[in-house]
Amino acid sequence: MLKATDLSFSFARRGASGPRVIDGVSLDVERGTVVGLLGPNGSGKTTLLRILAGVLPPRSGRVLIDGHPIEQLTRRELARRIAVVPQETHSTFDFSVIDMVLMGRYPHLGPFELEGAADQEIARDSLAATGTAALETRRFGTLSGGEKQRVVIAGALAQASDILLLDEPTTALDLGYQLEITALLRRLNTERGATMIVSTHDLNLAAALCERIVLLRQGRVIAHGTTKETLTAETIRALYDVDADVQFHPLAGHLTVVPIARPR
Amino acid sequence: MPGRADALGAVHPRASIRQRLVWTLAGFGMLAVAACLLAPLVGSTRIHLGTVFDRSIPYADNIDAQIFFVARLPRVLGAALVGSALAMSGVVFQALLRNPLASPDTLGVSAGASLGAMMAITFNLDFSLLGVSAVPLASFAGSIGALTIVYGLSTARRRGTSAMVLLLGGVTLQALLSAVIAFVQYLADFTQTFRNVRWLMGSLDVASYAPLAAALAPMAIGWAGFATLPRVLDLVSVGSESAAARGVNVERTERIALVSASLTTGAAVSLAGPVSFVGIIVPHLVRLIVGADHRLVLPASALFGGAFLIGCDLVARTIIAPLELPVGIVTAIIGGPVFLWLLFRTA
Repeated sequence: MLKATDLSFSFARRGASGPRVIDGVSLDVERGTVVGLLGPNGSGKTTLLRILAGVLPPRSGRVLIDGHPIEQLTRRELARRIAVVPQETHSTFDFSVIDMVLMGRYPHLGPFELEGAADQEIARDSLAATGTAALETRRFGTLSGGEKQRVVIAGALAQASDILLLDEPTTALDLGYQLEITALLRRLNTERGATMIVSTHDLNLAAALCERIVLLRQGRVIAHGTTKETLTAETIRALYDVDADVQFHPLAGHLTVVPIARPR
Repeated sequence: MPGRADALGAVHPRASIRQRLVWTLAGFGMLAVAACLLAPLVGSTRIHLGTVFDRSIPYADNIDAQIFFVARLPRVLGAALVGSALAMSGVVFQALLRNPLASPDTLGVSAGASLGAMMAITFNLDFSLLGVSAVPLASFAGSIGALTIVYGLSTARRRGTSAMVLLLGGVTLQALLSAVIAFVQYLADFTQTFRNVRWLMGSLDVASYAPLAAALAPMAIGWAGFATLPRVLDLVSVGSESAAARGVNVERTERIALVSASLTTGAAVSLAGPVSFVGIIVPHLVRLIVGADHRLVLPASALFGGAFLIGCDLVARTIIAPLELPVGIVTAIIGGPVFLWLLFRTA
């Protein structure tokens, strides 16, 4: 459903030569799959997600969503198809939780249209789906990091898009919240069939959550495929220059990665 | 911690936005109308509202009505216009810069307006256009000059730079303009210096409807811009990336916000001088009552800002009657402590 071909991007001025942040990346994401985007800092994960979300136009290549080139869709049409969950969300003003979630309805409303009962219901359903229904009237600023991230995910669900792009959704969270968000995303995939692209530094999260992974280094895809085939000691070494032990963990029920050392 | 903001703001979030909008407009609207009707009754001569609107007395014989409509209402409406313009600009600048401490002065538009006025006074400029005299005209021109510079800065900044760049650019421009103001003042003689200082204190000495009509033109353009903003400001204040991903045209929103808020600020300052604190405390007080949603905060701030400045001006012209105080002194003396309370009340 989301297909990117030969994307490139550079922050240098148009016409000037500069390092390519994204260099010939192609992707094909099928409906209902969870794709992990792995790569070291500066490998272009966030830039790639911004291009896929239509926020940043690529220098070359194109992104098709259900066969439509995204640059031919209006901003609102695109937002009805793709929702984004950033790493962290800070609100300048003290919005309530339900206010934050209702903002997800923006692309579905006319310029001066107010949210109606149907939008309220969608927002409450989204809160329920993320286990945050009890927080509805709380101030967003008073929530813990994990609660905030679940509310932001609820806002993305209220957007009722086909695809969720999540940019390091657990990086700012402690271990308990990391597992909670992982379980939530997994449930959204199995119960609602949500299609997701998740960038992360957490290899174990990728192993637990993603059917497929794409490995990005210096703006290029160095490997992609099913998690089982692609997440190996060799690819991890190619990606991070780290020796790691990758084993199937019977209790966790998925591959686990234990970093051993950085080779000298 | 359930603070005051929770107590007041969180009472209603279960109500629909439509209901909250109706209650907000009704409540703050009544306050503003009451201020406009009651403030002109106060002054050296006592007049009665019943007599003012008594249709049985012909207007030529109705002294109360003449005092109300000719002597006092222009000034009260001036206060309403200036107060609402500064309050709305404050709301918009705070959201645009994602900084709750921003105010209409932050980007140097007020300083530009002040510089224009100082130059008109110091260099004895004497011309008028459509019944508006040199000082307000020069002042408005100064604010347009400052707006042009800030607008240039904002469009020249490269993609991906933050609101922080705009903020720093505006603060620098403001400091630069203040230095030029000091230079112009240094060239002034004693009489001009006295006028300069008085102008900078901010005063609502509006004696007729003509200056109001003149200020209304740029303000109306600003209001038209403001009308498109409330919901997109909600999304942009949470993050420009995530707003863009929800279908907001962030660059266009920022341009409309900048131009509208600058035009209304320029018109307000040219009418009354730099009246401080209205643009910062009114939005914060309003948020305590209606929450953070700009669809409520923007209209409520317009209405409450007008009523607030009418009240401050009432104090300014009665407290040492028959003399009157510049209203800028009153807003600062009331606004400063209120703002400190807002800052530290959670501590």
